[in-house]
Amino acid sequence: MSDTLSKIEKRTAYILILPAVFLVFSIILFPIFANVWISFKEVGLKDIRIPEPRAKKIVKSIKDNPDQLKVIYKLRNSSLILEIRDVKLQDKLPKNIKPINLDERCRVKSNKIYCDFGNWEAKYKENFQILLKSSDGKQINKKELKTIKPKLTGKSDNILLNTNFTLKNFKKVFFQNEFFDLLSTTFYYTFFGTIGSIVFGILTAQLVNQKFFGRTFMRSVLLFPYVGPVVALAYTWELLLDPYSGTLNNLLMNFQVIQEPLNLLGQKYLTINFFGFDLKLRLALTTVIIFEIWRYFPLAFLFILARLQAVPKELYEAAEVDGAGPLQKFISITLPQITAVISILFMIRFIWNFNKFEDIFLLTGGASGTRTLPINVYEQGFTISDIGMGSAVSIVIVALLLLFMFVYFKLIGKRADEN
Amino acid sequence: MKTKNLIYYALISSIFLFSLVSIWKILVTLQGVELKNFNFEIIITLGIAISLLNLIIGEKLNYLIKSTLFAFIFTFVDGYIVQVMPVWYNIGIFAILIFFTLKINKYSQKYLASEHSSQIVIFDFLTLFGIVLFSFVILFPFYMMLITSFKTQAALLINPLDFSINFKQDFKELFKSYFVIFDTYKFGRYILISTFVSVGTVIVTLLFAIPAAYAVARLNFFGKNFLSTSILIIYMFPAIVLVIPLYTVFSQLGLRNSVGGLLIVYTATTLPVAIYMLQGYFRSIPKELEEAAIMDKLNWFGIIIKIILPLSIPAISSVALYVFMIAWNEFLFSLMFLDNPNSFTLSRAIQYLSGDAETPRQYLMAGSVIVTIPVLLIFVYFEKYLVSGLTAGSVKG
Repeated sequence: MSDTLSKIEKRTAYILILPAVFLVFSIILFPIFANVWISFKEVGLKDIRIPEPRAKKIVKSIKDNPDQLKVIYKLRNSSLILEIRDVKLQDKLPKNIKPINLDERCRVKSNKIYCDFGNWEAKYKENFQILLKSSDGKQINKKELKTIKPKLTGKSDNILLNTNFTLKNFKKVFFQNEFFDLLSTTFYYTFFGTIGSIVFGILTAQLVNQKFFGRTFMRSVLLFPYVGPVVALAYTWELLLDPYSGTLNNLLMNFQVIQEPLNLLGQKYLTINFFGFDLKLRLALTTVIIFEIWRYFPLAFLFILARLQAVPKELYEAAEVDGAGPLQKFISITLPQITAVISILFMIRFIWNFNKFEDIFLLTGGASGTRTLPINVYEQGFTISDIGMGSAVSIVIVALLLLFMFVYFKLIGKRADEN
Repeated sequence: MKTKNLIYYALISSIFLFSLVSIWKILVTLQGVELKNFNFEIIITLGIAISLLNLIIGEKLNYLIKSTLFAFIFTFVDGYIVQVMPVWYNIGIFAILIFFTLKINKYSQKYLASEHSSQIVIFDFLTLFGIVLFSFVILFPFYMMLITSFKTQAALLINPLDFSINFKQDFKELFKSYFVIFDTYKFGRYILISTFVSVGTVIVTLLFAIPAAYAVARLNFFGKNFLSTSILIIYMFPAIVLVIPLYTVFSQLGLRNSVGGLLIVYTATTLPVAIYMLQGYFRSIPKELEEAAIMDKLNWFGIIIKIILPLSIPAISSVALYVFMIAWNEFLFSLMFLDNPNSFTLSRAIQYLSGDAETPRQYLMAGSVIVTIPVLLIFVYFEKYLVSGLTAGSVKG
């Protein structure tokens, strides 16, 4: 009895999870495998359109011959690269109409025309004609003839499905793509964005953890950048930072902080004279990192705040009795309590920042030294139209992420063992 | 009283005062008032003087009289002697000073004698400073977005610092950018599409997620543990690596430029987190209820509909709100899949608008306001439910 029950339970469970699993598999897991496949192929953006045989039907009447009509099919192969094999056309004729002098590739069977055109090479074009005659002498209804659409079928190679593989894409990724420049930019962006958002998260969480008037309001406000739509926020920042009409530059110039406007999003380097040394600062990259910190510190803030509120008050009271100052309390009570959250946050934010696309894309489009790996995926795939390259870069991203997770869990695992 | 503590107190409080006054000055400048200098030296000197006087006077004067006195002196020096400023500017300065002097009122000579007082002073002021600064830094872009959408191209070019709005002008003039983006750029249509996609995603996601979450939370089956861990791992996976294969497959299937294609992708990307959040909640529902239902010969469909659903309305609604917000804000896939203006979502439409360098910026900002307001309203209104979900990591980004 219980055996059948557990069987029913299993079957029910599979029915319940199947739709979700199927969808996630086909939209998230399948593409990851497909990436591997595509990355070993030479595919451009134009190759992914499947070649189609097309026909435009034109009906013309013939002078002095009201019971006859001419139908012209403008045939073509939609692809400029691939041939189509075994092209077949099928068209219906209204009743009482018969073709005369039919092309030898075609035949008529119960009011339908069937044509076999064989193979069409790439860019193939033909104006194919049929003469129609009314068999009962009545005038042919032109409109009716026009509304019937011909059906065309044909076989073609799908460039994505053949088995020609190449290592070209990966060679290009590593040797012709300024790969180390890309990697270092991505690393700077990810690392400083992550650290910055965690630092500001700690500061703000510490802040909101105290009692003051308007605290709940403050908590909502701190989350605004995180829940707002990225498009709106990025364009607002772009406007704010614009070198000529932007508010920030005008304010700074108004209060004589700077003499010349700074192109914060469009200038790759800013040279700062620091005690006689010329320091080169990656200006646009720094700006993009600041935007990233501004937008994502709320996540760190929330995690840390939740943890802080769970710290027992007695700990702080005991420390106060022992004569500890605020700084000491923070270092010896608060920090140890939040290290676990910080290490989780570090991993999450690192992975997400590593894959961040929208923010940089909207702010700089990857120009002036802000090209990261995700931006490169888009550029390769859609700006340069090299789908294979784009996929290869995606694969590199996934590999680096897996490597990061492996190292991270090794380190964390070790630390956990030591404790 | 230690000298060190005294110096810390005077310096930090005056720096705090300076930053408050400076933020006020920035806001005033943005109303078109000409102000060229923060007067760092003067404000800091005044601040130090006031904080020291506060210690000397101590409790000899009623604290309200003391505050008013200080505020009056400061306002007079800053607003009439250093530079002559409009009355409303001075009222603001006066209010800031009242706030500041009430804050420093608690420090006395005795207080500063204790060991950690300098640290406490620093922490107190850092807290105040943090509240003011963070509110300013976060709210300013939103404020700018809103104000710019009410300005005209000419006004923006003449003085980019003038954020004042003329409320006396015609209603139609004031909301001109909004009228233009609705009339010329078909934003009404984009709002409809965005709403349709987001609401559709919510419905489909819930339809898929509720049964799956129930199975993961309650039923025993082979591969259950594997499934619940892989949900989280899948959730961590980056969208950018899905883009190219999905683009190629969707092109070949003719799903690009279709709202349906977008709906499928959004549903799949939000499913893992929806299942994760829901199963956590379902586990907290007492099992006895279902056992009773099994006795009553309800099948799983009945159990979910009659027992689980009514009990988990709060969790389901918070998941629904999240999924809505994610789908509404989503940009990457809408950029990749949509290139026909007839099927744009709001985000994609704004990005498309900005692609034309000629587009006046106030139109862009009006569009931004339209896309931002719904999420912020939802967020503020349902904040209590949403914050707990955020900590569960529900919004990816």
